[in-house]
Amino acid sequence: MAKTLYDKLFDSHVVHEENGAALIYIDRHLVHEVTSPQAFEGLRLANRKPWRVASIVATADHNTPTNGWDKGLAGIADPVARLQIETLTENIAEFGAKAYFPFMDARQGIVHVVGPEQGATLPGMTVVCGDSHTSTHGAFGALAHGIGTSEVEHVMATQCLVQKKSKAMQVLVEGQLGPMVTAKDVALAIIGKTGTAGGNGYAIEFAGSAIRGLSMEGRMTLCNMAIEAGARAGMVAVDDTTINYIKGRPYAPKADQWDAAVAYWRTLQSDAGAQFDLVVRLQAEDIKPQVTWGTSPEMVVAIDGRVPSLDLAKNAVQKADWERAYAYMGLQPNTPISEIRIDKVFIGSCTNSRIEDLRAAAAVAKGKRVAANVKLALVVPGSGLVKAQAEQEGLDKVFSEAGFEWRQPGCSMCLAMNADRLEAGERCASTSNRNFEGRQGQGGRTHLVSPAMAAAAAIAGHFVDVSHQ
Amino acid sequence: MQAFTQLNGLVAPLDRANVDTDAIIPKQFLKSIKRSGFGVNAFDEWRYLDHGEPGMDNSKRQINPDFVLNQARYQGASILLTRENFGCGSSREHAPWALEDFGFKVIIASSYADIFYNNCFKNGMLPIVLSADIVDSLFKQVAATPYYKLQVDLAAQTVSTPSGESFSFSVDAFRKHCLLNGLDDIGLTMQHQDKIKAFEARHQQAQPWLYN
Ligand code: SF4
Repeated sequence: MAKTLYDKLFDSHVVHEENGAALIYIDRHLVHEVTSPQAFEGLRLANRKPWRVASIVATADHNTPTNGWDKGLAGIADPVARLQIETLTENIAEFGAKAYFPFMDARQGIVHVVGPEQGATLPGMTVVCGDSHTSTHGAFGALAHGIGTSEVEHVMATQCLVQKKSKAMQVLVEGQLGPMVTAKDVALAIIGKTGTAGGNGYAIEFAGSAIRGLSMEGRMTLCNMAIEAGARAGMVAVDDTTINYIKGRPYAPKADQWDAAVAYWRTLQSDAGAQFDLVVRLQAEDIKPQVTWGTSPEMVVAIDGRVPSLDLAKNAVQKADWERAYAYMGLQPNTPISEIRIDKVFIGSCTNSRIEDLRAAAAVAKGKRVAANVKLALVVPGSGLVKAQAEQEGLDKVFSEAGFEWRQPGCSMCLAMNADRLEAGERCASTSNRNFEGRQGQGGRTHLVSPAMAAAAAIAGHFVDVSHQ
Repeated sequence: MQAFTQLNGLVAPLDRANVDTDAIIPKQFLKSIKRSGFGVNAFDEWRYLDHGEPGMDNSKRQINPDFVLNQARYQGASILLTRENFGCGSSREHAPWALEDFGFKVIIASSYADIFYNNCFKNGMLPIVLSADIVDSLFKQVAATPYYKLQVDLAAQTVSTPSGESFSFSVDAFRKHCLLNGLDDIGLTMQHQDKIKAFEARHQQAQPWLYN
């Protein structure tokens, strides 16, 4: 029977099946400081050891500061956060890991940037992490799930996860994306179409010529946002782009195994005639740069659109949602998106902090100045290696000269667990993935956009259409 | 996970409906690196008169004498008696962690929020559903009788009062089996160790590069 990519990945990891639930084997376990301490503690209390230490790759990202690194650990003002970061180091020292990139290591960074960059995420793998955006790794033709703390411990102890198989959805994007229209815009356009619950119970495979045309960075951005569409996992089939990206990375298969690996990886695509439970189609040429206006990623419109009015709401529930969102966001219905003025800009997060994202933003910012009404424009690279690469290309100078702050890597203002945050009422153009109430700081107002759109908003002081400049 | 079979325990009454997980363990404590130690901050905003933050010396804090769990007669309670929709709100597993660490092994209520109910079993606790009428009568008996205890028998699925009344409750057979035998999810998966090892061996042969 013709199989989907999801079928292939899931079925090839089933250890045992009982009562409709499967025990699936986990190849890669990514670990960070916030959701792991209780899991390690659990192992310790039960006197258990990790099943396969070599599956663990760890780094600190959520709580780490993006400046003041000259003071080292002492520069972390919040003692509770500091302890969490130190605890990860101690836990890894006690239990072990294949690789650990601690705070301030040259390779430290957001776990979903670091994994792929190190070649620690490979096609055909099952990947888990105590973080919902683990879906990112599906870009490599891997099956990647976010899990909770109990499951982190479960995977550490048994190398397995209890899973029910999801339904399969295919999102087909055919055609050619317009100039300056990016994977982020595709992701937001999809969520605008399906809604944030549209992917509930599904694993999504992104396919079609527009997806095949995306770089690995773009595919990671897209799969990263699968979770915002409600899907546990997002994935893209393996092709030359995937294989070329992996080649030569530190944890990629070495020469003697390379050919065998590639031969297997090339089978990681949905068979012709494979059946999906749901197919969603978008035409690439129809997708314009997107801007969210509300407090859920599905509250999104194209840059030339307006904040929707209540008569466009589907039903009473959505009406009530929109009314709450207008109030929280401080926006009137029918306001043109391009008239929305911003206070801060955040370029970063596991969605958009890779080298290609920074290049796109720098290209827009080059030779310009951040607008006077923008109090802070932050650029936070996804990892130490992304930062080094950007500096080698002179992007840091482009940003600094334009008035952006160039920071150390980490999650930063994506979730505002460290000192980078919005104050109440502040409005931000952000390349991150969640515009929930309070996500970037209590009372903060988040508009999700692509890196180029964020940079353009920083320069103009309000949203502008980068595809028409 | 500790097995749960029987318990003859002191009952503490928390006479409120819709107790949410934020009330059970306020959000500032989620920064903690531990799964244990949440007990001192269980019901923090009700138990103490001052604002709690992680890392405070809780023995120096101002106790709220009016909060029921602070009363002498309920010290050492292992059964929490409460009202409908207990544990609503966020999915934080810190809520059952806090209750368990505080000393509760059994919760009796007329209903629970789903996620909380499931999380209890993952942590070796038994959440029991009894009808609102029975719960109501238990509240009255607890109030009238200092050091009131209930006898809980999971195998028999009964709750018995000191006067000899007995109420039966239902529990999913699989969860019951796990609790009775002290099998947590990890323990259960470990029963398939041989299968995991066999899978691993096959997997390594097929994709050796995953095991470098
Ligand atoms: S960047 Fe944001 S979404 Fe990504 S892992 Fe960090 S906090 Fe989570």
